[in-house]
Amino acid sequence: MKYLDEYRDPQMARKLAREIHRMTTRPHVIMEICGGQTHAIVRFGIDVLLPAQVSLVHGPGCPVCVTPLELIDKAIDIAARPEVIFCSFGDMLRVPGSEKDLFSVKAQGGDVRIVYSPLDAVQLAKDNPKREVVFFAVGFETTAPGNAMAVYQARQEGLGNFSMLVSHVLVPPAMQAILSSPQNRVKGFLAAGHVCAVMGFEEYEPIAKTYQVPVVVTGFEPLDILQGLLMVIQQLEEGRFEVENQYARAVRREGNRPAQEIIKQVFEVTERKWRGVGSIPQSGLKLRNEYLSFDAEQRFELSDYTRDEPGECKSGLILQGLMKPDECPSFGARCHPQHPLGATMVSSEGACAAYYRYRRVSAGEDQREKKGGV
Amino acid sequence: MCLAIPGKIVSIEGEDPFYRCGKISFGGIFKKVSLAYVPEAQVGDYALVHAGFAINLVDEEEAMKVFELLNQIGEIEEDLNGGERSDEVS
Amino acid sequence: MSVPENFHPVCPLPIKDYPQVLLAHGSGGQLMHDLISRIFRSSFHNPLDHSQHDSAVLPSPGRKLAFTTDSYVVHPLFFPGGDIGSLAVFGTVNDLAMSGARPLYISAGFILEEGLSMDTLYRVACSMAAAARKAGVSIVTGDTKVVDRGKGDGLYINTAGIGVIEHDSLIDPASIEEGDVIIVNGDIGRHGMAVMATREGLEYESQITSDSMPLSFLVQDLIREHIPIHCLRDITRGGLGTTLNEIAQTARLSLIVEETCLPVQADVRGACEILGFDPVYVACEGRMVLFIPQAYAEKSLDVIRRHQDCEKACVIGKVREPDPRGLVFSLSPIGVERVVDMLSGEQLPRIC
Repeated sequence: MKYLDEYRDPQMARKLAREIHRMTTRPHVIMEICGGQTHAIVRFGIDVLLPAQVSLVHGPGCPVCVTPLELIDKAIDIAARPEVIFCSFGDMLRVPGSEKDLFSVKAQGGDVRIVYSPLDAVQLAKDNPKREVVFFAVGFETTAPGNAMAVYQARQEGLGNFSMLVSHVLVPPAMQAILSSPQNRVKGFLAAGHVCAVMGFEEYEPIAKTYQVPVVVTGFEPLDILQGLLMVIQQLEEGRFEVENQYARAVRREGNRPAQEIIKQVFEVTERKWRGVGSIPQSGLKLRNEYLSFDAEQRFELSDYTRDEPGECKSGLILQGLMKPDECPSFGARCHPQHPLGATMVSSEGACAAYYRYRRVSAGEDQREKKGGV
Repeated sequence: MCLAIPGKIVSIEGEDPFYRCGKISFGGIFKKVSLAYVPEAQVGDYALVHAGFAINLVDEEEAMKVFELLNQIGEIEEDLNGGERSDEVS
Repeated sequence: MSVPENFHPVCPLPIKDYPQVLLAHGSGGQLMHDLISRIFRSSFHNPLDHSQHDSAVLPSPGRKLAFTTDSYVVHPLFFPGGDIGSLAVFGTVNDLAMSGARPLYISAGFILEEGLSMDTLYRVACSMAAAARKAGVSIVTGDTKVVDRGKGDGLYINTAGIGVIEHDSLIDPASIEEGDVIIVNGDIGRHGMAVMATREGLEYESQITSDSMPLSFLVQDLIREHIPIHCLRDITRGGLGTTLNEIAQTARLSLIVEETCLPVQADVRGACEILGFDPVYVACEGRMVLFIPQAYAEKSLDVIRRHQDCEKACVIGKVREPDPRGLVFSLSPIGVERVVDMLSGEQLPRIC
C-alpha cells in the first residue's frame, strides 16, 4: 500500500539504525508520546536495533488507557439502560471499570455497538428516533474534529436523541506534567504525528524552550520512528532543543485549520483526570454551553463520583514513563490480557499489552545482547 | 493512538463543505469518508484517514524527501568506510 | 435463490404457504415430515436413504475411520463467497481431511428459530447440497428442532462427519520434526474480512470473498504423491496466529515465520489497516498449515498450487527446536524477531 510499505523497508531501517549508532556518544532517555508509536516500536522491534545507551520510555498517548475509571463506570451505567443504543470505538469495550466492562454489559443484554466513525452514531440516531443514542467520545486531538462534527451535525439536524459522553484529552499539558515531575528522566520527545496533523506543532515550541528538550514530530512506520529518533539524538548530541518535523508528508506547522476551527466551536478546554496519573489542569475538552444539551452526563443526570484504582496496578507509573511494563511485579503473572488489572494491559495501544504480546519472552533483550550493536 | 491510514480519493460528492464526502480506496476496498477538513482535496489525492475523517492530505514531495535523506546517509557511510558499503547488520 | 415451483407443504389446515418456520415444524408431526422431505431430503438426494431410520447404516471399507463434529452459529447467515450451510459442510470435511482421511458421510442437525423464513432455510439447504457435491460427500442423516422465537439466532447447524483413512502415516502434532517447513495453501484473512464488510457500523465496499472451500482433494493429492505429511491443521477463527500457537503448544516446539512471506491480498490488507486488524489473527475457512520435511517443500508446493484458489501457497516459516513453552516467533519486516502470541479474545476494530 502506497505511503505505508515504503516506510517498512528493512535496508533503509538498518541504515538509519547504523547512523543512530554512529551518532550516539552518551546515554539518552527519549519518550514516544503516542500509543501507536509504542505499538509500532514493540511490534517491529525497533528498540532492538538501537544502541544500549538509548532508552525509550513509553508515554501516556493512549486515550483508552487514560480515560478515568469514573467515566468507564458512567459509560457502563448508561449502556445498561434499555432505551439506550451505546456506540463506541472498539478499543473501549474491554477496558475494565470498577466491576465490569462494556463487553459484559453487551453480554448481559445492553445494546452496545461498535462504530468506525462518530458519524455512524449520528446515523443510528436518525434511523432510531425512539431510542437514545449515546456515543463514547474518547480520544486525543486527532479524534476531536470528528467528534465535533458529529455534535455539530446532530445540532444542525435537530437530533434530540443523540448525545456524547466526552473524554477528550490533550497532549501538550500531559507533556508538561511529565516534564515538571521531579522524577522525570525524559530528555527528548517523539511527538504524536497524527495529533500534530490536526493541531500543528506551534504549541510545542514554548515547551521545548522552557524545559530545554528537543521535540520531533514523528510518524508511525518503522522508518518514520527511526528517523525521528535520529533527529532527536542529533539535537541532544549537539545540545539543541528545537521542534522539528519528521512527518512532513502529513503535518504542517499550523496544522489543519478547518479542523481546529470546529474543535473551538464545539469544545472548550477543561481540567481532566488521567487514569493512573491524576488531574492535569487544562488537559481535556468538554462541550461548550451551546452544545451542552448533547452532553450525556447532563442528559442522564449522572452525578460526580470518584473511584479508586486497585493498588496493584502500576499503569500510572508506566504512562509517565517511570516504569517499564516488564518491571511491574504483576506483569505476566496477576496481570495479563485475559485478566487485566489496568487499562494499559487491555488497550491494544497500551504499553503493557504491547509488551505482553510481543515481548513476554524478552526476545528483544536476548537479541540486543547477541547483536551488541548494529 | 490515532490509527490513520493513507488512501486514494477515487470520487467526491457533496456541495456543502461540511457534508463533502469522498470514496477512498485502501488497497482495493472502498470506504466513504468525510472530506470536511480537506476542502482542497481532489480526486487522485491521497488522504490520511482516521475514524471516517480525512485529517490531512499526503504531501507527495515531502514523502520523497525522507528517501533523499536516506540516500545521503548511504553516501556518508561509503565515505566513512573508505568507499565500501556495508549493508549487513551483525 | 427463490423457493421452487413444486414446493407445496401439505397441511391439515387449509393454509398452503408457510413462508416462515413455525414451532409446529419441530413437533414431530406432519408439518415436520413435510419440511424434512421437501427442504432437506429432496436437496440432499441420499441414495442410501431407504428406511429413514434413526441412524444411517453405511457400507464400511474395513479400514481406520476418522470421525468429527462441529457446530455453526455464524452471523450473518449469508456472506460473500458462502453461507452457514456451505461453511457447515466444508468445515467438517476439512476437519476430516486434517488427519488425512477421505471424507465420506455427513450428518446435519438443525436448530431453527420460529419465524425463520422458509426461503432462507431452503437456500441454506441447497447450498449444503452443492457443497457436499463439490466435496464429494453425502449428507446421510440429520435432525431438526424448532425453538421459540427469540431463543435462537435464526439458524444453527451441527454437522458430524465420517471419513476413511487410507494411509499409514500419523498426521499429528506429535509427528512434527525440527527443521520441518511450514506451508500455507493460499492467502490468509479473506473469510474474516469478507464477513466484516457486511457488519453493521463497519461496512466497506469490497470484492473480498470468503476463502471457504474443501481441502480434502488437496490432501488426498499430497498423499497420492507420497509426500510425508507430518501435520495438518485448518485455520479457522483466530486466524493463522492462533493455529500456529495451538500446534506449537501441543507439540512443545518453537516455530518461526517470516512476516514478509505471509500471503495477504491487497484489499484484505487495506481492510485490516483501516480497522486496525492484524491479518495473522483474521479468520480463514479454506486455509490450512502443513508441516512437511524441508526436502519435500518444492514438490508439495507444486501439488498444492494446482488446486483452485491455492496459487499463492508458499513456505512461511519453519520448526525451530523443542521448547516446552511452545512459542511462535515472527521475523518483522525490518528483520527483528518478536513473539506471535495467542489472541486473548476476538480482534476489535480500533482507532488507537
